[in-house]
Amino acid sequence: MDVLTENFSLYGKGFLGTVELTVYSSILALVLGFLMASCRVAPVGSLRVLGTVWVTVLRNTPLTLLFFAVLLGLPRFGLVLPFKVFAVLALGCYTSAFICEVLRSGINTVPTGQGEAARSLGMTFGQTLNTVVLPQAFRSVIPPVGSTLIALAKNSAIAGAFSVTELLGTYKTLNELGYSIIWTFVWIAVGYLIITLSISALFNVMEKRWGVAR
Amino acid sequence: MTTRTAPSATALYDIPGPATRKRHRLYGIFSTALILALVGWVVYLLFDTEQFTSAKWTPFEYKGIQELLLRGLGNTLKAFAYAAVLSLLLGAVLAVGRLSEHRVVRWIATVLVEFFRAMPVLVMIFFIFVALKVQPLPALVTGLTLYNGSVLAEVFRTGIISVERGQSEAAYALGLRKTQVTTFVLAPQAVRAMLPTIISQLVVALKDTSLGYLITYEEFLHAGKLIASNLDYDLPFIPVVMVISPIYIGMCMLLSWFATWVAKRERRNPKMKAVEIAPAEPGTLLPGVQ
Repeated sequence: MDVLTENFSLYGKGFLGTVELTVYSSILALVLGFLMASCRVAPVGSLRVLGTVWVTVLRNTPLTLLFFAVLLGLPRFGLVLPFKVFAVLALGCYTSAFICEVLRSGINTVPTGQGEAARSLGMTFGQTLNTVVLPQAFRSVIPPVGSTLIALAKNSAIAGAFSVTELLGTYKTLNELGYSIIWTFVWIAVGYLIITLSISALFNVMEKRWGVAR
Repeated sequence: MTTRTAPSATALYDIPGPATRKRHRLYGIFSTALILALVGWVVYLLFDTEQFTSAKWTPFEYKGIQELLLRGLGNTLKAFAYAAVLSLLLGAVLAVGRLSEHRVVRWIATVLVEFFRAMPVLVMIFFIFVALKVQPLPALVTGLTLYNGSVLAEVFRTGIISVERGQSEAAYALGLRKTQVTTFVLAPQAVRAMLPTIISQLVVALKDTSLGYLITYEEFLHAGKLIASNLDYDLPFIPVVMVISPIYIGMCMLLSWFATWVAKRERRNPKMKAVEIAPAEPGTLLPGVQ
Protein backbone atom coordinates (compact mmCIF):
# COMPACT_ATOMS: atom_id res chain seq x y z
CA MET A 1 0.00 0.00 0.00
CA ASP A 2 2.89 2.36 0.81
CA VAL A 3 4.15 2.05 -2.72
CA LEU A 4 0.96 3.63 -4.04
CA THR A 5 0.46 6.37 -1.45
CA GLU A 6 4.09 7.51 -1.41
CA ASN A 7 4.42 7.59 -5.19
CA PHE A 8 0.96 8.65 -6.09
CA SER A 9 2.12 11.41 -8.43
CA LEU A 10 4.45 9.03 -10.28
CA TYR A 11 1.69 6.47 -10.71
CA GLY A 12 -0.73 9.23 -11.65
CA LYS A 13 1.63 10.45 -14.37
CA GLY A 14 2.06 6.94 -15.74
CA PHE A 15 -1.68 6.30 -15.59
CA LEU A 16 -2.45 9.55 -17.43
CA GLY A 17 0.26 8.70 -19.96
CA THR A 18 -1.42 5.39 -20.72
CA VAL A 19 -4.86 7.03 -20.90
CA GLU A 20 -3.53 9.70 -23.26
CA LEU A 21 -1.83 7.13 -25.49
CA THR A 22 -5.00 5.05 -25.55
CA VAL A 23 -7.30 7.97 -26.37
CA TYR A 24 -5.15 9.48 -29.13
CA SER A 25 -4.34 6.13 -30.72
CA SER A 26 -8.00 5.13 -30.56
CA ILE A 27 -9.00 8.27 -32.44
CA LEU A 28 -6.29 7.69 -35.04
CA ALA A 29 -7.22 4.00 -35.33
CA LEU A 30 -10.93 4.76 -35.73
CA VAL A 31 -10.35 7.43 -38.38
CA LEU A 32 -7.77 5.41 -40.34
CA GLY A 33 -9.79 2.23 -39.91
CA PHE A 34 -12.88 3.97 -41.29
CA LEU A 35 -10.90 5.27 -44.28
CA MET A 36 -9.41 1.85 -44.98
CA ALA A 37 -12.78 0.15 -44.58
CA SER A 38 -14.24 2.56 -47.15
CA CYS A 39 -11.35 1.65 -49.45
CA ARG A 40 -12.03 -2.05 -48.97
CA VAL A 41 -15.71 -1.77 -49.94
CA ALA A 42 -15.11 0.78 -52.72
CA PRO A 43 -16.10 -0.11 -56.28
CA VAL A 44 -12.64 1.00 -57.44
CA GLY A 45 -10.16 -1.85 -57.73
CA SER A 46 -6.97 -0.05 -56.83
CA LEU A 47 -8.47 1.30 -53.59
CA ARG A 48 -9.61 -2.21 -52.66
CA VAL A 49 -6.08 -3.47 -53.24
CA LEU A 50 -4.71 -0.68 -51.06
CA GLY A 51 -7.09 -1.56 -48.24
CA THR A 52 -6.38 -5.26 -48.50
CA VAL A 53 -2.61 -4.78 -48.48
CA TRP A 54 -2.84 -2.40 -45.52
CA VAL A 55 -4.89 -4.86 -43.50
CA THR A 56 -2.95 -8.00 -44.42
CA VAL A 57 0.46 -6.48 -43.75
CA LEU A 58 -0.39 -4.68 -40.52
CA ARG A 59 -2.34 -7.57 -39.06
CA ASN A 60 0.64 -9.85 -39.51
CA THR A 61 3.24 -7.42 -38.20
CA PRO A 62 4.43 -7.90 -34.64
CA LEU A 63 3.68 -4.67 -32.81
CA THR A 64 7.17 -4.56 -31.35
CA LEU A 65 8.62 -4.62 -34.86
CA LEU A 66 6.32 -1.77 -35.87
CA PHE A 67 7.38 0.27 -32.84
CA PHE A 68 11.00 -0.52 -33.61
CA ALA A 69 10.58 0.60 -37.23
CA VAL A 70 8.58 3.74 -36.46
CA LEU A 71 10.38 5.01 -33.35
CA LEU A 72 13.87 4.30 -34.52
CA GLY A 73 13.37 4.29 -38.30
CA LEU A 74 11.39 7.43 -39.12
CA PRO A 75 14.00 9.76 -37.56
CA ARG A 76 16.39 8.47 -40.24
CA PHE A 77 14.20 10.21 -42.81
CA GLY A 78 14.70 13.46 -40.95
CA LEU A 79 11.29 13.20 -39.33
CA VAL A 80 11.94 14.08 -35.71
CA LEU A 81 8.90 14.13 -33.45
CA PRO A 82 8.43 13.42 -29.77
CA PHE A 83 8.46 9.71 -28.96
CA LYS A 84 4.88 9.95 -27.78
CA VAL A 85 3.67 11.01 -31.25
CA PHE A 86 5.57 8.12 -32.82
CA ALA A 87 4.02 5.73 -30.32
CA VAL A 88 0.55 7.03 -31.14
CA LEU A 89 1.30 6.60 -34.85
CA ALA A 90 2.50 3.03 -34.44
CA LEU A 91 -0.35 1.98 -32.14
CA GLY A 92 -2.96 3.80 -34.19
CA CYS A 93 -1.86 2.35 -37.54
CA TYR A 94 -1.58 -1.15 -36.10
CA THR A 95 -5.04 -1.05 -34.53
CA SER A 96 -6.57 0.61 -37.60
CA ALA A 97 -6.13 -2.64 -39.52
CA PHE A 98 -8.27 -4.47 -36.96
CA ILE A 99 -10.83 -1.65 -36.76
CA CYS A 100 -11.03 -1.75 -40.56
CA GLU A 101 -11.93 -5.43 -40.55
CA VAL A 102 -14.52 -4.90 -37.82
CA LEU A 103 -16.16 -2.04 -39.73
CA ARG A 104 -16.09 -3.94 -43.00
CA SER A 105 -17.79 -6.97 -41.51
CA GLY A 106 -20.24 -4.57 -39.87
CA ILE A 107 -21.15 -3.15 -43.28
CA ASN A 108 -21.41 -6.69 -44.64
CA THR A 109 -23.99 -7.61 -41.98
CA VAL A 110 -26.43 -5.09 -43.49
CA PRO A 111 -28.65 -7.14 -45.83
CA THR A 112 -28.37 -6.27 -49.53
CA GLY A 113 -32.12 -5.68 -49.61
CA GLN A 114 -31.77 -2.64 -47.35
CA GLY A 115 -29.58 -0.86 -49.86
CA GLU A 116 -31.71 -1.97 -52.80
CA ALA A 117 -34.88 -0.73 -51.11
CA ALA A 118 -33.25 2.61 -50.34
CA ARG A 119 -32.09 3.02 -53.92
CA SER A 120 -35.44 2.05 -55.37
CA LEU A 121 -36.98 4.80 -53.26
CA GLY A 122 -34.72 7.13 -55.19
CA MET A 123 -32.17 7.83 -52.46
CA THR A 124 -28.77 9.01 -53.59
CA PHE A 125 -25.60 7.18 -52.62
CA GLY A 126 -24.96 9.61 -49.76
CA GLN A 127 -28.47 9.20 -48.40
CA THR A 128 -28.32 5.42 -48.66
CA LEU A 129 -25.01 5.39 -46.84
CA ASN A 130 -25.87 7.88 -44.11
CA THR A 131 -29.45 7.05 -43.32
CA VAL A 132 -29.71 3.34 -44.10
CA VAL A 133 -26.46 1.41 -44.21
CA LEU A 134 -24.18 3.11 -41.68
CA PRO A 135 -26.71 3.39 -38.82
CA GLN A 136 -27.38 -0.35 -39.05
CA ALA A 137 -23.71 -1.19 -39.39
CA PHE A 138 -22.88 1.02 -36.40
CA ARG A 139 -25.19 -0.95 -34.15
CA SER A 140 -23.52 -4.26 -34.89
CA VAL A 141 -19.92 -3.06 -34.58
CA ILE A 142 -20.13 -1.63 -31.04
CA PRO A 143 -19.00 -4.77 -29.15
CA PRO A 144 -16.10 -5.75 -31.47
CA VAL A 145 -14.82 -2.16 -31.60
CA GLY A 146 -14.92 -2.16 -27.80
CA SER A 147 -12.78 -5.26 -27.51
CA THR A 148 -10.38 -3.94 -30.13
CA LEU A 149 -9.91 -0.74 -28.13
CA ILE A 150 -9.38 -2.74 -24.94
CA ALA A 151 -6.64 -4.63 -26.75
CA LEU A 152 -5.21 -1.28 -27.85
CA ALA A 153 -5.05 -0.10 -24.22
CA LYS A 154 -3.22 -3.28 -23.26
CA ASN A 155 -0.85 -3.01 -26.20
CA SER A 156 0.07 0.53 -25.20
CA ALA A 157 2.29 -1.07 -22.54
CA ILE A 158 4.84 -1.70 -25.29
CA ALA A 159 5.31 2.06 -25.66
CA GLY A 160 6.64 2.16 -22.11
CA ALA A 161 9.54 -0.05 -23.11
CA PHE A 162 10.43 2.53 -25.79
CA SER A 163 10.79 5.27 -23.15
CA VAL A 164 7.35 6.85 -23.49
CA THR A 165 5.85 7.84 -20.14
CA GLU A 166 3.15 5.33 -19.32
CA LEU A 167 2.03 3.00 -16.59
CA LEU A 168 4.30 -0.01 -17.08
CA GLY A 169 7.38 2.24 -17.30
CA THR A 170 6.89 3.43 -13.71
CA TYR A 171 8.29 0.15 -12.39
CA LYS A 172 11.81 1.20 -13.39
CA THR A 173 11.86 4.31 -11.20
CA LEU A 174 10.21 2.53 -8.29
CA ASN A 175 12.63 -0.35 -8.60
CA GLU A 176 15.56 2.04 -8.35
CA LEU A 177 13.98 3.69 -5.33
CA GLY A 178 13.98 0.28 -3.66
CA TYR A 179 10.27 -0.35 -3.27
CA SER A 180 8.82 -3.83 -3.10
CA ILE A 181 8.74 -4.92 -6.71
CA ILE A 182 5.76 -7.22 -6.26
CA TRP A 183 3.54 -4.45 -4.91
CA THR A 184 4.75 -2.09 -7.61
CA PHE A 185 3.44 -4.53 -10.19
CA VAL A 186 0.22 -5.13 -8.30
CA TRP A 187 -0.64 -1.43 -8.55
CA ILE A 188 0.40 -1.32 -12.21
CA ALA A 189 -1.95 -4.25 -12.82
CA VAL A 190 -4.75 -2.44 -10.98
CA GLY A 191 -4.14 0.62 -13.16
CA TYR A 192 -4.52 -1.41 -16.34
CA LEU A 193 -7.62 -3.11 -14.98
CA ILE A 194 -9.18 0.30 -14.26
CA ILE A 195 -8.56 1.41 -17.85
CA THR A 196 -9.76 -1.78 -19.55
CA LEU A 197 -12.79 -2.10 -17.29
CA SER A 198 -13.83 1.50 -17.93
CA ILE A 199 -13.57 0.99 -21.69
CA SER A 200 -15.67 -2.16 -21.45
CA ALA A 201 -18.22 -0.36 -19.21
CA LEU A 202 -18.42 2.50 -21.71
CA PHE A 203 -19.07 0.12 -24.57
CA ASN A 204 -21.59 -1.82 -22.52
CA VAL A 205 -23.56 1.39 -22.02
CA MET A 206 -23.32 2.18 -25.73
CA GLU A 207 -24.42 -1.31 -26.62
CA LYS A 208 -27.41 -1.08 -24.28
CA ARG A 209 -28.39 2.22 -25.80
CA TRP A 210 -27.82 1.58 -29.49
CA GLY A 211 -26.99 -2.09 -29.86
CA VAL A 212 -28.94 -4.55 -31.97
CA ALA A 213 -31.87 -5.98 -30.07
CA ARG A 214 -31.36 -9.73 -30.14
CA MET B 1 -6.56 -4.40 -61.41
CA THR B 2 -7.91 -0.90 -61.74
CA THR B 3 -10.93 -1.64 -63.86
CA ARG B 4 -12.31 -4.66 -62.03
CA THR B 5 -15.69 -3.80 -60.60
CA ALA B 6 -17.53 -5.36 -57.71
CA PRO B 7 -18.85 -8.75 -58.82
CA SER B 8 -22.41 -8.27 -57.61
CA ALA B 9 -24.66 -5.73 -55.97
CA THR B 10 -23.99 -5.06 -52.30
CA ALA B 11 -25.92 -3.02 -49.77
CA LEU B 12 -23.86 -0.10 -51.00
CA TYR B 13 -23.94 -0.32 -54.81
CA ASP B 14 -25.99 -1.73 -57.61
CA ILE B 15 -24.33 -3.66 -60.40
CA PRO B 16 -22.73 -0.82 -62.35
CA GLY B 17 -23.90 0.05 -65.84
CA PRO B 18 -21.65 1.20 -68.70
CA ALA B 19 -21.54 4.88 -67.65
CA THR B 20 -20.76 4.02 -64.04
CA ARG B 21 -18.12 1.56 -65.14
CA LYS B 22 -16.48 4.29 -67.16
CA ARG B 23 -16.58 6.61 -64.15
CA HIS B 24 -15.12 3.94 -61.89
CA ARG B 25 -12.37 3.35 -64.41
CA LEU B 26 -11.54 7.03 -64.23
CA TYR B 27 -11.46 6.92 -60.41
CA GLY B 28 -9.33 3.81 -60.67
CA ILE B 29 -6.74 5.45 -62.90
CA PHE B 30 -6.71 8.51 -60.67
CA SER B 31 -6.27 6.61 -57.42
CA THR B 32 -3.67 4.28 -58.91
CA ALA B 33 -1.68 7.33 -59.95
CA LEU B 34 -2.01 8.73 -56.43
CA ILE B 35 -0.89 5.50 -54.78
CA LEU B 36 2.01 5.09 -57.20
CA ALA B 37 3.06 8.68 -56.51
CA LEU B 38 3.07 7.92 -52.78
CA VAL B 39 5.14 4.79 -53.26
CA GLY B 40 7.46 6.71 -55.55
CA TRP B 41 7.88 9.40 -52.93
CA VAL B 42 8.84 6.83 -50.29
CA VAL B 43 11.35 5.21 -52.65
CA TYR B 44 12.74 8.66 -53.45
CA LEU B 45 13.10 9.36 -49.72
CA LEU B 46 14.93 6.07 -49.29
CA PHE B 47 17.40 7.00 -52.02
CA ASP B 48 17.61 10.59 -50.87
CA THR B 49 18.65 9.60 -47.35
CA GLU B 50 21.18 7.16 -48.84
CA GLN B 51 19.73 3.91 -47.57
CA PHE B 52 21.01 1.90 -50.53
CA THR B 53 24.71 2.67 -50.21
CA SER B 54 26.96 -0.34 -50.28
CA ALA B 55 28.32 0.47 -46.83
CA LYS B 56 24.89 -0.22 -45.37
CA TRP B 57 24.18 -3.39 -47.32
CA THR B 58 27.54 -5.22 -47.43
CA PRO B 59 27.26 -6.34 -43.80
CA PHE B 60 24.54 -8.76 -44.88
CA GLU B 61 27.14 -10.57 -46.99
CA TYR B 62 29.31 -11.33 -43.97
CA LYS B 63 29.01 -14.82 -42.63
CA GLY B 64 29.03 -13.62 -39.01
CA ILE B 65 26.10 -11.29 -39.59
CA GLN B 66 24.12 -13.95 -41.40
CA GLU B 67 24.75 -16.39 -38.59
CA LEU B 68 23.73 -13.76 -36.05
CA LEU B 69 20.43 -13.22 -37.87
CA LEU B 70 19.83 -16.95 -38.27
CA ARG B 71 20.55 -17.56 -34.60
CA GLY B 72 18.08 -14.81 -33.75
CA LEU B 73 15.49 -16.37 -36.02
CA GLY B 74 16.17 -19.75 -34.43
CA ASN B 75 15.68 -18.28 -30.97
CA THR B 76 12.41 -16.69 -32.05
CA LEU B 77 11.16 -20.01 -33.42
CA LYS B 78 12.35 -21.81 -30.29
CA ALA B 79 10.41 -19.43 -28.04
CA PHE B 80 7.40 -19.82 -30.32
CA ALA B 81 7.58 -23.62 -30.26
CA TYR B 82 7.79 -23.76 -26.46
CA ALA B 83 5.05 -21.17 -26.04
CA ALA B 84 2.77 -22.89 -28.56
CA VAL B 85 3.07 -26.35 -27.04
CA LEU B 86 2.81 -25.14 -23.45
CA SER B 87 -0.13 -22.84 -24.12
CA LEU B 88 -2.00 -25.64 -25.89
CA LEU B 89 -1.41 -27.82 -22.81
CA LEU B 90 -2.36 -25.06 -20.38
CA GLY B 91 -5.39 -24.24 -22.47
CA ALA B 92 -6.53 -27.86 -22.36
CA VAL B 93 -6.03 -28.04 -18.59
CA LEU B 94 -7.84 -24.77 -17.92
CA ALA B 95 -10.68 -25.71 -20.27
CA VAL B 96 -11.12 -29.01 -18.44
CA GLY B 97 -11.04 -27.07 -15.18
CA ARG B 98 -13.74 -24.69 -16.36
CA LEU B 99 -15.92 -27.61 -17.47
CA SER B 100 -15.37 -29.51 -14.24
CA GLU B 101 -18.25 -30.65 -12.09
CA HIS B 102 -16.47 -29.60 -8.90
CA ARG B 103 -17.34 -26.06 -8.05
CA VAL B 104 -13.97 -25.20 -6.49
CA VAL B 105 -11.99 -26.36 -9.54
CA ARG B 106 -14.34 -24.52 -11.88
CA TRP B 107 -14.08 -21.38 -9.81
CA ILE B 108 -10.26 -21.41 -9.67
CA ALA B 109 -9.98 -22.03 -13.41
CA THR B 110 -12.42 -19.21 -14.17
CA VAL B 111 -10.51 -16.72 -12.01
CA LEU B 112 -7.19 -17.72 -13.60
CA VAL B 113 -8.53 -17.47 -17.14
CA GLU B 114 -10.22 -14.13 -16.57
CA PHE B 115 -7.20 -12.64 -14.81
CA PHE B 116 -4.62 -13.68 -17.38
CA ARG B 117 -6.79 -12.57 -20.26
CA ALA B 118 -7.32 -9.15 -18.72
CA MET B 119 -3.64 -8.42 -18.05
CA PRO B 120 -1.42 -6.97 -20.78
CA VAL B 121 0.93 -9.79 -21.72
CA LEU B 122 3.92 -7.44 -21.47
CA VAL B 123 3.12 -6.64 -17.83
CA MET B 124 3.16 -10.36 -17.05
CA ILE B 125 6.43 -10.87 -18.91
CA PHE B 126 8.06 -7.94 -17.11
CA PHE B 127 6.73 -9.13 -13.78
CA ILE B 128 8.24 -12.59 -14.27
CA PHE B 129 11.46 -11.13 -15.63
CA VAL B 130 11.99 -8.32 -13.11
CA ALA B 131 10.22 -9.38 -9.94
CA LEU B 132 10.85 -13.12 -10.06
CA LYS B 133 14.30 -12.64 -11.62
CA VAL B 134 13.85 -15.36 -14.25
CA GLN B 135 16.03 -15.73 -17.35
CA PRO B 136 14.67 -14.02 -20.50
CA LEU B 137 13.61 -17.17 -22.40
CA PRO B 138 11.63 -18.80 -19.57
CA ALA B 139 10.13 -15.41 -18.67
CA LEU B 140 8.98 -14.83 -22.25
CA VAL B 141 7.65 -18.36 -22.67
CA THR B 142 5.83 -18.26 -19.33
CA GLY B 143 4.20 -14.92 -20.09
CA LEU B 144 3.09 -16.03 -23.55
CA THR B 145 1.89 -19.38 -22.20
CA LEU B 146 -0.21 -17.84 -19.43
CA TYR B 147 -1.87 -15.38 -21.78
CA ASN B 148 -2.37 -17.58 -24.85
CA GLY B 149 -3.21 -20.58 -22.70
CA SER B 150 -6.09 -18.69 -21.10
CA VAL B 151 -7.38 -17.50 -24.46
CA LEU B 152 -7.10 -21.03 -25.88
CA ALA B 153 -8.92 -22.39 -22.83
CA GLU B 154 -11.90 -20.26 -23.76
CA VAL B 155 -11.63 -21.41 -27.38
CA PHE B 156 -11.57 -25.08 -26.35
CA ARG B 157 -14.42 -24.58 -23.92
CA THR B 158 -16.63 -22.85 -26.49
CA GLY B 159 -15.80 -25.62 -28.93
CA ILE B 160 -16.77 -28.35 -26.50
CA ILE B 161 -20.00 -26.78 -25.29
CA SER B 162 -21.12 -26.05 -28.82
CA VAL B 163 -20.88 -29.67 -29.96
CA GLU B 164 -24.43 -30.80 -30.53
CA ARG B 165 -26.02 -32.14 -27.34
CA GLY B 166 -27.11 -35.41 -28.95
CA GLN B 167 -23.46 -36.40 -29.32
CA SER B 168 -22.74 -36.44 -25.60
CA GLU B 169 -26.19 -37.80 -24.77
CA ALA B 170 -25.62 -40.74 -27.12
CA ALA B 171 -22.19 -41.35 -25.63
CA TYR B 172 -23.54 -41.29 -22.07
CA ALA B 173 -26.34 -43.63 -23.12
CA LEU B 174 -23.70 -46.09 -24.36
CA GLY B 175 -22.31 -46.10 -20.82
CA LEU B 176 -19.18 -43.99 -21.30
CA ARG B 177 -17.88 -42.00 -18.36
CA LYS B 178 -17.53 -38.22 -18.46
CA THR B 179 -13.79 -38.41 -19.15
CA GLN B 180 -14.38 -40.84 -22.00
CA VAL B 181 -17.17 -38.74 -23.44
CA THR B 182 -14.94 -35.68 -23.40
CA THR B 183 -11.82 -37.34 -24.80
CA PHE B 184 -13.38 -39.64 -27.39
CA VAL B 185 -16.49 -37.77 -28.49
CA LEU B 186 -16.48 -34.09 -27.66
CA ALA B 187 -12.83 -33.03 -27.81
CA PRO B 188 -12.09 -34.42 -31.31
CA GLN B 189 -15.09 -32.69 -32.80
CA ALA B 190 -14.43 -29.47 -30.88
CA VAL B 191 -10.78 -29.33 -31.89
CA ARG B 192 -11.58 -29.99 -35.52
CA ALA B 193 -14.14 -27.22 -35.54
CA MET B 194 -11.97 -24.78 -33.64
CA LEU B 195 -8.74 -25.49 -35.51
CA PRO B 196 -8.72 -22.22 -37.50
CA THR B 197 -9.25 -20.17 -34.33
CA ILE B 198 -6.54 -22.13 -32.54
CA ILE B 199 -4.05 -21.53 -35.36
CA SER B 200 -4.90 -17.82 -35.38
CA GLN B 201 -4.18 -17.68 -31.68
CA LEU B 202 -0.81 -19.29 -32.40
CA VAL B 203 -0.15 -16.48 -34.89
CA VAL B 204 -0.70 -14.07 -32.00
CA ALA B 205 1.82 -16.06 -29.97
CA LEU B 206 4.32 -15.94 -32.84
CA LYS B 207 3.86 -12.17 -33.16
CA ASP B 208 4.26 -11.72 -29.43
CA THR B 209 7.58 -13.56 -29.28
CA SER B 210 8.98 -10.25 -30.50
CA LEU B 211 8.23 -8.90 -27.01
CA GLY B 212 11.32 -10.86 -26.00
CA TYR B 213 13.30 -8.02 -27.56
CA LEU B 214 12.15 -5.77 -24.72
CA ILE B 215 13.51 -8.11 -22.04
CA THR B 216 16.84 -8.60 -23.86
CA TYR B 217 16.06 -12.09 -25.09
CA GLU B 218 18.37 -12.65 -28.06
CA GLU B 219 15.69 -13.15 -30.68
CA PHE B 220 15.37 -11.99 -34.26
CA LEU B 221 14.64 -8.32 -33.56
CA HIS B 222 17.46 -8.21 -31.02
CA ALA B 223 19.89 -9.50 -33.64
CA GLY B 224 18.63 -6.81 -36.01
CA LYS B 225 19.13 -4.13 -33.40
CA LEU B 226 22.72 -5.28 -32.86
CA ILE B 227 23.47 -4.88 -36.56
CA ALA B 228 21.54 -1.63 -36.85
CA SER B 229 23.48 0.07 -34.08
CA ASN B 230 26.87 -0.82 -35.53
CA LEU B 231 28.81 2.30 -36.45
CA ASP B 232 31.23 0.36 -38.68
CA TYR B 233 28.40 -0.37 -41.08
CA ASP B 234 27.16 3.24 -41.08
CA LEU B 235 24.15 2.46 -38.83
CA PRO B 236 22.20 0.37 -41.38
CA PHE B 237 18.88 0.79 -39.62
CA ILE B 238 16.52 0.98 -42.57
CA PRO B 239 18.23 -1.93 -44.39
CA VAL B 240 17.85 -4.04 -41.25
CA VAL B 241 14.14 -3.23 -41.08
CA MET B 242 13.84 -4.02 -44.78
CA VAL B 243 15.45 -7.41 -44.25
CA ILE B 244 13.75 -8.35 -40.99
CA SER B 245 10.16 -7.29 -41.51
CA PRO B 246 9.47 -9.35 -44.67
CA ILE B 247 10.70 -12.46 -42.84
CA TYR B 248 8.66 -11.74 -39.71
CA ILE B 249 5.52 -10.72 -41.59
CA GLY B 250 5.99 -13.61 -44.01
CA MET B 251 6.09 -16.16 -41.19
CA CYS B 252 2.95 -14.76 -39.59
CA MET B 253 1.18 -14.53 -42.96
CA LEU B 254 2.00 -18.14 -43.79
CA LEU B 255 0.52 -19.27 -40.50
CA SER B 256 -2.61 -17.13 -40.90
CA TRP B 257 -3.10 -18.33 -44.47
CA PHE B 258 -2.83 -21.84 -43.13
CA ALA B 259 -5.63 -21.00 -40.69
CA THR B 260 -7.81 -19.69 -43.51
CA TRP B 261 -7.03 -22.74 -45.63
CA VAL B 262 -7.99 -25.07 -42.79
CA ALA B 263 -11.20 -23.12 -42.25
CA LYS B 264 -12.11 -23.42 -45.93
CA ARG B 265 -11.35 -27.13 -45.96
CA GLU B 266 -13.41 -27.70 -42.82
CA ARG B 267 -16.40 -26.06 -44.39
CA ARG B 268 -16.34 -28.61 -47.21
CA ASN B 269 -15.67 -31.56 -44.92
CA PRO B 270 -18.62 -34.00 -44.68
CA LYS B 271 -17.39 -35.06 -41.23
CA MET B 272 -18.33 -31.61 -40.01
CA LYS B 273 -22.00 -32.09 -40.81
CA ALA B 274 -22.68 -33.62 -37.38
CA VAL B 275 -21.06 -30.76 -35.53
CA GLU B 276 -23.42 -27.86 -35.25
CA ILE B 277 -20.81 -25.26 -34.55
CA ALA B 278 -20.77 -21.77 -35.95
CA PRO B 279 -18.47 -22.14 -38.96
CA ALA B 280 -15.10 -21.60 -37.35
CA GLU B 281 -13.33 -18.59 -38.66
CA PRO B 282 -9.75 -17.60 -38.16
CA GLY B 283 -9.55 -15.21 -35.22
CA THR B 284 -8.64 -11.57 -35.32
CA LEU B 285 -4.86 -11.92 -34.79
CA LEU B 286 -5.03 -9.02 -32.38
CA PRO B 287 -3.31 -9.80 -29.13
CA GLY B 288 -5.46 -8.86 -26.16
CA VAL B 289 -8.91 -9.18 -27.72
CA GLN B 290 -11.22 -10.68 -25.14
